[in-house]
Amino acid sequence: MNTRYETLGGTGRGYYVPLILLGALAAAGLAASHYMDVHGHVVTGMTNQVVWGMPHVFAVFLILAASGALNVASLSSVFGRGEYKPLARLSGLVAVALLVGGLAVLVLDLGRPDRLIVAMTTYNFKSIFAWNIFLYTGFLAVVAVYLWMMFEPRMNRHTKTAGTVAFAWRFILTTGTGSIFGFLVARQAYDAAIMAPMFIVMSLSFGTAVFILVAVAAGRLAGRTLPDAMLARLKRLLGLFVMAVLYFALAYHLANLYVTEHHGVEYFILVDGGVYTALFWLLQVGVGALVPLALIYLPRFSARRWTPAAAALVVVGGVAQLYVIIIGGQAYPLSMFPGADVSSSFFDGVVASYAPSLPEIVLGVGGIALALLVTLVGMRVLPFMPDRYVDGTGG
Amino acid sequence: MTESARLADRYRRRFLAAVGVGAVLGSGAIRLVELAAAKPDDQPVSGEVRWGMMIDTSKCAEGCTDCVDACNDEHGLDGFGRPQTDAQWIRKLEVRERATGKVTSLPMLCQHCEHPPCVDVCPTGASFRRADGIVLVNKHTCIGCRYCMMACPYKARSFVHENLTDQRPWSPRGKGTVESCTFCVHRIDRDARPACVEACSAAGHGAMVFGDLNDPDSDIARRAREVPSRQVRPDLDLNTGVRYEGI
Amino acid sequence: MPIRALTRRVACFALLAAGAAGFAVAHAPVPEPQVVRGEQCVAPTDVMRRDHMDFLHHQRDATVIEGLRTPRFSLERCVGCHADKDASGTYLRVDAPGQFCSTCHEYAAVELDCFGCHAARPYQDENAGIDARFPFHGLAFRQPHAGRPGIGATGSVLHD
Repeated sequence: MNTRYETLGGTGRGYYVPLILLGALAAAGLAASHYMDVHGHVVTGMTNQVVWGMPHVFAVFLILAASGALNVASLSSVFGRGEYKPLARLSGLVAVALLVGGLAVLVLDLGRPDRLIVAMTTYNFKSIFAWNIFLYTGFLAVVAVYLWMMFEPRMNRHTKTAGTVAFAWRFILTTGTGSIFGFLVARQAYDAAIMAPMFIVMSLSFGTAVFILVAVAAGRLAGRTLPDAMLARLKRLLGLFVMAVLYFALAYHLANLYVTEHHGVEYFILVDGGVYTALFWLLQVGVGALVPLALIYLPRFSARRWTPAAAALVVVGGVAQLYVIIIGGQAYPLSMFPGADVSSSFFDGVVASYAPSLPEIVLGVGGIALALLVTLVGMRVLPFMPDRYVDGTGG
Repeated sequence: MTESARLADRYRRRFLAAVGVGAVLGSGAIRLVELAAAKPDDQPVSGEVRWGMMIDTSKCAEGCTDCVDACNDEHGLDGFGRPQTDAQWIRKLEVRERATGKVTSLPMLCQHCEHPPCVDVCPTGASFRRADGIVLVNKHTCIGCRYCMMACPYKARSFVHENLTDQRPWSPRGKGTVESCTFCVHRIDRDARPACVEACSAAGHGAMVFGDLNDPDSDIARRAREVPSRQVRPDLDLNTGVRYEGI
Repeated sequence: MPIRALTRRVACFALLAAGAAGFAVAHAPVPEPQVVRGEQCVAPTDVMRRDHMDFLHHQRDATVIEGLRTPRFSLERCVGCHADKDASGTYLRVDAPGQFCSTCHEYAAVELDCFGCHAARPYQDENAGIDARFPFHGLAFRQPHAGRPGIGATGSVLHD
């Protein structure tokens, strides 16, 4: 029998309490961005040294997770793994919602958010940002069409085509996001082609982790908890991606460690970087990779109880990883005169300090809240939730 | 013949070719006098010119900030007493070579690259390179994303972090946009040298030479040809408009 | 459905309110901003009222990108002429309440986006007076390009 999909019913506390809470957080994020807009970025922790801060960590995380959240739908439509099909619609919704949240944060952090229209009408096509404007809006459109093919029975036969387009689009999108950093020649921590594939595997991992958390919560809201078999599948998927991220981090640092020019920045991140070193080893590697891998692969941890925990830790590790890449990469000074110590009134030659301020954190959290809000409202309006988690039809 | 006169001469020749001798003669003697002085107001800047700066670090004293002070005054970069977020268009660097202990003092500013990374990354094209080689931010289309600041290898750009009032009329700058050294484009278009160069030479240091790199007879082009000088981060092959002697 | 009925009612109310507002606006007096200096503008008043933003928009791109600095539609010159002074001889911002730009812009409810970056009043040096240190900035001091095509014949000396 085919899966039937239902909207999220019920008007009880289980729906409205999270709805109001998320709405309040999203509104607070909007208020924070307005506060930043009125006073200028002086009220953030961002400076002329660390020009991208907490909003960018959140925004990039959400954008990467958006691409990765589509994993489940892709597995079902593109790779014919029918066991994922019941969750394919939700996977598309979460992908769209996360991207909306991430874009909102990115746009509201602009120095002139009122000029968004300029960004949408005036392009420099050599800029990766300009490509990304098309890649991000295009992703929303492609996934919307993909969802339509899944929803409309007469269109179901096109699901595989739409899913394949979306799958390809994801890779290009995440390549674009990674290249924002990969193509920066100025800074020691960036300027590496590995950034693009590394961001792709990061998206696979973070997106799967976020999707697991949302799917578990949605299942609980709908009164249909995810079966153990589904959790075990998602868990194995996550384990694979977490290892891949770890591998890419290893490859990135090994390559840098081989090149004398990069020893300074490597020593900074891996040994002497204070908060960045701590975040790298404790959160990115420990909490974000090794502990989840143990939870996933050691038989003593059951899928039912420990999969959401592992996913939550991967999310924490992912945010930490992006913090190290984005903020740590800027905190380390530019190398204008190799072999020399440089000093000035403009913080040349010294590690830049950065302390995120409340408004920028609230803005970032607001983006996450907006993403979850869109998911919650979407589930209420359209039938995303399956009546059962088993589907034999495939495709 | 001074450099500006030579430049004006080139503009004049172009103008004559375009409009015809008769029209120019007909428009009166005042026009001709003005043409000989500077680029006419209604002529676009020319790609035949490449403005550049040569800095002789041997004449740049440690602790001297004459160029910096002149820039701050010219552009109204008063700051708010918040060094982390206050704008700096030109700053003094003390460079101490680790192997030898040799100390060099030099001003660092926008290097006005021929292939500027800031221009490459700017999503709206607000970061642009004028025909005469000056790299500018068009603040009318800058959305304040700061990608250019991530891309600049010289840390030459600042973001305006707070509300400004009473800007200099010739140097508009405002909250939420990125800015950097303009080579005093408003002065160049009025046939004067950048404020920093003016100040350095007025104080008798003479560490900064400004001029047209494309004009083989200009002081700067001759100097670049005859005296050893180099660009900062030459490995990036950006062909900077600012060059340094003695580093 | 009650929601739909409510929406309809809100929409009707909004339409009525908008109509009433339009009626009120049509009868509000059109402001006449004070002209403080100079005989005539660079174009007739009705042209300036309607098209000044297009002139400025065109000029801004020409100036920033191509280095064209014809004085006719220079914002610096607009401000030079239209900025009033207070009793102590200090220039007032043209975007201050009741001043030249804000008078109409408030009436038309159009946000002014010029003076976040551009000087809203002429430069006054505490010691040397207006523009004394930077004579070559003085668009205001340049003589008019009389009789040349495309450039107006109204470049009167703006400095009082």
